[in-house]
Amino acid sequence: MLGEGIIKGMVETARNFFGSYHDPARFVTIQYPEQRVPLKENNRNFPFLVFDGADTEKGLRCVACKICEKECPPQCIYIVPERDAHGKLQKHPKIFDIDISTCMSCQICVEVCPFDAIKMDQEFELSTGDRFSNLLLHKQDLAKPNDYYHKIHPTEATLVDAQLAKERQLAAQRKAGAGAAPASPPKHAPEKLVPVG
Amino acid sequence: MTFMAMITCLPHMLLLANPDEWLVRLKQTIVHWLPGPWQFVISSLITIAVLIAVFGALFAVATLIERKGLGRIQNRPGPNRVGPYGVLQPMADAVKMLIKEDVVPRAADRVVHFLAPLVLVAPVMLAFSVIPYGQGLVPINLDAGVLFFFAVGAASELAVFMAGWSGHNKYSLLGAMRAIAQMISYEIPLVLSTVTVVMMVGSLSLVQIVAAQGGYWWGVIPRWNIFAPWGLAGFVVFMIAAIAESNRSPFDLPEGESEIIAGFLTEYSGFKYAVFFMGEYFGMFAISGLAITLFLGGWHAPLPYLGWVPSFLWFFGKLFIFLFVFIWLRGTLPRLRMDQLMNYAWKCLLPLALINIGVAVIWRFTAGWPGPLRWLVCALLIVLAFVWLEKTWMKSRELKPRTYHYAS
Repeated sequence: MLGEGIIKGMVETARNFFGSYHDPARFVTIQYPEQRVPLKENNRNFPFLVFDGADTEKGLRCVACKICEKECPPQCIYIVPERDAHGKLQKHPKIFDIDISTCMSCQICVEVCPFDAIKMDQEFELSTGDRFSNLLLHKQDLAKPNDYYHKIHPTEATLVDAQLAKERQLAAQRKAGAGAAPASPPKHAPEKLVPVG
Repeated sequence: MTFMAMITCLPHMLLLANPDEWLVRLKQTIVHWLPGPWQFVISSLITIAVLIAVFGALFAVATLIERKGLGRIQNRPGPNRVGPYGVLQPMADAVKMLIKEDVVPRAADRVVHFLAPLVLVAPVMLAFSVIPYGQGLVPINLDAGVLFFFAVGAASELAVFMAGWSGHNKYSLLGAMRAIAQMISYEIPLVLSTVTVVMMVGSLSLVQIVAAQGGYWWGVIPRWNIFAPWGLAGFVVFMIAAIAESNRSPFDLPEGESEIIAGFLTEYSGFKYAVFFMGEYFGMFAISGLAITLFLGGWHAPLPYLGWVPSFLWFFGKLFIFLFVFIWLRGTLPRLRMDQLMNYAWKCLLPLALINIGVAVIWRFTAGWPGPLRWLVCALLIVLAFVWLEKTWMKSRELKPRTYHYAS
């Protein structure tokens, strides 16, 4: 009949209208700032720097090798390595900046890092009134503890910790096998950490 | 009557008189104190102020209800941040509109561009003046109220074309041309379905049309025109044409965003846009008011024992139901195509409206028949006409192998 489809459609919209008042399945809106959907484990946003232990500065896993800086497609990473009084490189970043206004969260820095020092964060509420300075994250903004990494990506962090422990063990064995000096068990992980192979 | 006597008898009048009458008497009392020549002027000004205030407030409420209602239809809450449950959203919208920059294109015809929104709103305000809102609550009781309503309503087409032309924008012009074609086409079934009511009542005065719908059949069914077969068919035709006249979905081709940006509103921003928006809502209220007056008994109560409720409340209650239906339709139906729109007006609504006039004639001259028989015969005629129309309508939509015509 002419007009039948219109009536069917109007019944459907009326069902939606009244259903949204009593049926939670129909009323699916999450009122964002007050209500939140828990983030998926694989959710990722901008990168952050992992540090072990309690000291933000000393615990950083980063050795300022600049691989991520070179690999970064939008070139949003800027690294200056630490040098001692004689100008010798110190395996520690003096400056580590990420410009999140250009970062595209591609995760390439994470994949190329040999030290598991840089990982993806889940922080997304980074809007700011000052787009020039507040979107350039410095070392102290980026450094976050390993516990935080465990909190946001538990599976991945456990795997990384196991891998690091294994590498540390191998390194200790190699040192002991070389017999150059009596091997002392590593007191603090990142200081003893060396790339395998 | 002295001043003190007026003051002392005022509460008496307010409490004891019919609630519809005290509004009228209040105005008469205020006007009574004025010197003779001023009485008419002040009386008119009070009426105009009340009309603008009431319909302005209704406009604000309507935008809110529309946004909330559409939201619920689409399973979302709608605006709910400004004030409790978002009730202050219209104020926020108004402030936003007022502080926006008023952009006028360099190539625009500035005078026409400025006048178009005013030319849209003014006739609609004039149309408000002939609608009876309650018992005795009619701003101007014109003998040819229906005629006046359609005469001023036709001026809105001029405003739409002014808006489309003055912007010097192809989308504006396309939208305006669509609007003109649509409004002129749908004005014909609109007027023809009104003609049945005028024929039956024998008067063009809206007050008399409402008065003729007073009383009840068998004490329960109100004598509204919609309960007669010609009235029901006329009402359906009238409402479809009215939706098209007020440029609302599914007949919102003049403003089809996906096709022509915003149609004739493309070059409007800020306050002028808000005035246009208001004019369209006012047009919707006016045509709904006319539909209520013609078919739904105006301010008459639906049941005899509800007569104590002030009659203007019935009118505005019915208006709100119309508003809900408009929103409901907007939330349901997709926009028509231009050829479907024209076909529908000329091949479906127009014949139906003409047949309805014939049925009204039969109804008029079979007054002696027993009620149900008369009703059935007239209803059957309309249904047959509808089925016949449907057949021809559906036949033209049968799928055929498509033939392509290439330019040679």
